[in-house]
Amino acid sequence: MNISFIINNKEVTVDVKDEYTPLLWVIRDHLNLKGTKFGCGKAACGACTLHIDGAEIRSCSYAVKFAAGKHITTIEGLGNEENPHPVQQAWIEEVVPQCGYCQSGFMMATAALLKENNNPSDDEIDDAILNICRCGTYYRMRKAIHRAAELSRDQKS
Amino acid sequence: MSKKISRRKFLVKGGLGTLGVLAVGTAIFRNPIRREIIDFTDSFIAPYLGTGTEVNLWFEITKHNTILLHSPKVEMGQGTFTGFAQIAADELDININQIEVIAAATESGIVDNLGTGGSLSIASMWTILRELAATTREMIKLEAAKKWGIAVQEITTKNGIATYKDQQLSYAQIAENVTEWEIPSTPTLKPFKEYTLIGKPIPRIDLNAKVFGAPIFGMDAEMDNMLHAVVLKPEHIGATFKKANFTEANKMPGVVKIVQIDDWVGVIAKSYSEALAAKEVIDIEWHIPKKWSEEEIRSLITVGSGNEMLVQKEGNSLKKDESFLEIEFKSPLGAHAQIEPNGAVASYKDGKITVIISTQVVGITQKQVAKALKVSTEDVNIIPTFLGGGFGRRLNTYHAIHAVQMSKAVGQPVKYFFTRQEEFQNDMFRPPTHHIMRGKLNNAGQIENLEHHFASGNVATESVLLPNITNKILGADLGAIRGGSIHYSGIKNRRAIQWHKPLPFATSWWRSLGLLANTFAIESFVDELAIQGNKNPIELRLAEIKEDEEGIRLKNVIQKTLQHTNYSDKVKDGIAMGFACSTDAGTPCAQVVEVSIIKDEIKVHKVTCVMDCGIAVNPDQVKAQCEGAMIMAMSAAMHEKMYIEDGQLQPTIFGPYQMAMIKHAPKEINVHLIQGIDKPGPVGEPPLGPIAAAIGNAVRRLTGERLTEMPLKLS
Repeated sequence: MNISFIINNKEVTVDVKDEYTPLLWVIRDHLNLKGTKFGCGKAACGACTLHIDGAEIRSCSYAVKFAAGKHITTIEGLGNEENPHPVQQAWIEEVVPQCGYCQSGFMMATAALLKENNNPSDDEIDDAILNICRCGTYYRMRKAIHRAAELSRDQKS
Repeated sequence: MSKKISRRKFLVKGGLGTLGVLAVGTAIFRNPIRREIIDFTDSFIAPYLGTGTEVNLWFEITKHNTILLHSPKVEMGQGTFTGFAQIAADELDININQIEVIAAATESGIVDNLGTGGSLSIASMWTILRELAATTREMIKLEAAKKWGIAVQEITTKNGIATYKDQQLSYAQIAENVTEWEIPSTPTLKPFKEYTLIGKPIPRIDLNAKVFGAPIFGMDAEMDNMLHAVVLKPEHIGATFKKANFTEANKMPGVVKIVQIDDWVGVIAKSYSEALAAKEVIDIEWHIPKKWSEEEIRSLITVGSGNEMLVQKEGNSLKKDESFLEIEFKSPLGAHAQIEPNGAVASYKDGKITVIISTQVVGITQKQVAKALKVSTEDVNIIPTFLGGGFGRRLNTYHAIHAVQMSKAVGQPVKYFFTRQEEFQNDMFRPPTHHIMRGKLNNAGQIENLEHHFASGNVATESVLLPNITNKILGADLGAIRGGSIHYSGIKNRRAIQWHKPLPFATSWWRSLGLLANTFAIESFVDELAIQGNKNPIELRLAEIKEDEEGIRLKNVIQKTLQHTNYSDKVKDGIAMGFACSTDAGTPCAQVVEVSIIKDEIKVHKVTCVMDCGIAVNPDQVKAQCEGAMIMAMSAAMHEKMYIEDGQLQPTIFGPYQMAMIKHAPKEINVHLIQGIDKPGPVGEPPLGPIAAAIGNAVRRLTGERLTEMPLKLS
């Protein structure tokens, strides 16, 4: 069956056999956008985090049928080298990634947080960012989140 | 290590068919058995072990005047490629934007047969990479000299450009059409002060790829006409295949083939979701010889049980009738829990095999696959990718074999990766440990005796990395003893005795090996000796460190830590400081944590770490390693625990397998580096040592309770 949605500002229609296929696999295998990662398949690690209509979801546990007609943003659509999103800019400034595998999910989770709250406190960060990074980049990540918030506020003003 | 590349062995490969490609190869053979085994286990500084006789590729000059380094080591997050780029570029006389680093595939480059691990990548490649880069630069200059008809001494090089008076040629222009390269003897390396990249905190060269979501990992790899597969493996420890009914599964949409090989079943389908759906309807029975219990597993790892090995013997043992302090410590079974699951994309066609894979052991995987599929090693090309975490888990990537077997069965490339449950149940775990510490102070208030009796499962034993003969020679497990000896050289009477027993499932290399648990036991105990003897814990330690080279470096690190923290063993405003130190792989490291108890939970607010790893090729990335390694160690020490339930390894998902999240990480981490030796030393693992004991030592001051078991919890 055909399901249409807008991904990274591009309208696409995918032909899926099962409408309950997790959105993650449609994005990775049908649309060949590999920035969104598989970590656990149970929405427990956050590596597959992306945005649907601006809100953070874990795409490994989100059936593609629910994405119909909606706006999806993945790491590839968040920003690019020429025009990085404030979160990506901050991640670069703080040199956050080590292995890098979980980082897309963290950046998407952070971008969603900043949309709601462009000046999160440490406690608000602790409550909102529930992904897992095995390399332990959390210390730089916290600095980058504050920096990204600052950049977002600058952009607005 | 500093052996020069001999001219005779420095080979050049020309005529690759690509314009302007220069390929420089070496053949350096060093026998892994011949090196000093004891030194190796103590320091874990192994030499770089390149392959033997083949002409292999190190550097390629592209027509865009950039240089591509085919790295014998993989990048698993430690910033190794960035360090290699800095090291090579400085001798090549190119800038950092002119170098790119990729992991060498077995077909086209040199891979390190020791694999990537042991915190060794930068340390082991330091000299050889500079020699190769310097030689390549001189080769380019020799060709330029020929073109210009001048002496090579008259040429200068910078930013990938050779200059003679007012004439300039790029490296790419020089390399164009060169078919036969003249090879100079290895040039003298530049004095350190002339390096412009080495020692600088430049941003990681893989930063953009990782921030903008580039498809660089094994999981992102694809091949044309590829099918997707999932595998069924037994969920019970030691279970084997009994029987299965594939009738229903074969009828499922998208299913191409179901194979049963040894003790696993592979479901190959057109998409991942279809393969997974078909797997769900397979009716399978396993033969379960025994349902292990948690108690049985834990009781296997007990001091006094298994193979006994005297690791350290200085002076006398404590006698049973003496009075001394004795404390038992324990650490649990730990999972690697790297976020990228293990997997592989494989193609088997006409006896030729290609595997794209996240692996720490490119060469070993090639040999494993060749042996299992009964083809020659040359017919197997392993293409390593960036790793979504290694931590020792990918020091055995035997699952490459499964992917190839499935590809062979369907005659198409197959991509296969573990589910998270399979990842947890088929990990090659950090074994549980049990420690009995004994010691006492003398009348002068010095440590008279210190003994570490410890038990562990396999770490190095039965691994694919070390020949089993090394374990037989030594009797001990080389990995489990890491950090197990007592480094306080001033103590007259010291013992380290290892008890080793294998478990009925695989345990193996986990970042820093025995260091995490061994340092927890030793450094907690030394602190307790200080408390019970009314001594300042740091002064007690400092008094027991002899001023030999290692001792001076350790003392230096300890004293710098005190300066940076104003360390006090008194609780102030509900916050206590905890100190611990260790020397791992020749790298001394000391840490002070600042801890309080909030809502009955241990909260680490601040960590200060001082480490002497010699030359920090990229100080910012060395600091990043310290930060990350300490948080990983905190996660293992405070949260993580695997257990056995109904004969199965549990849990099988993040969440129940508790790991540190951002809320658990210290908000302040200060890392200070000291350069106590004039070469780069190991970095990635040494910082995992002290932190568990440092936290325990702080909690002891806050609550009076001595924490003796990881994960650390208040009673």
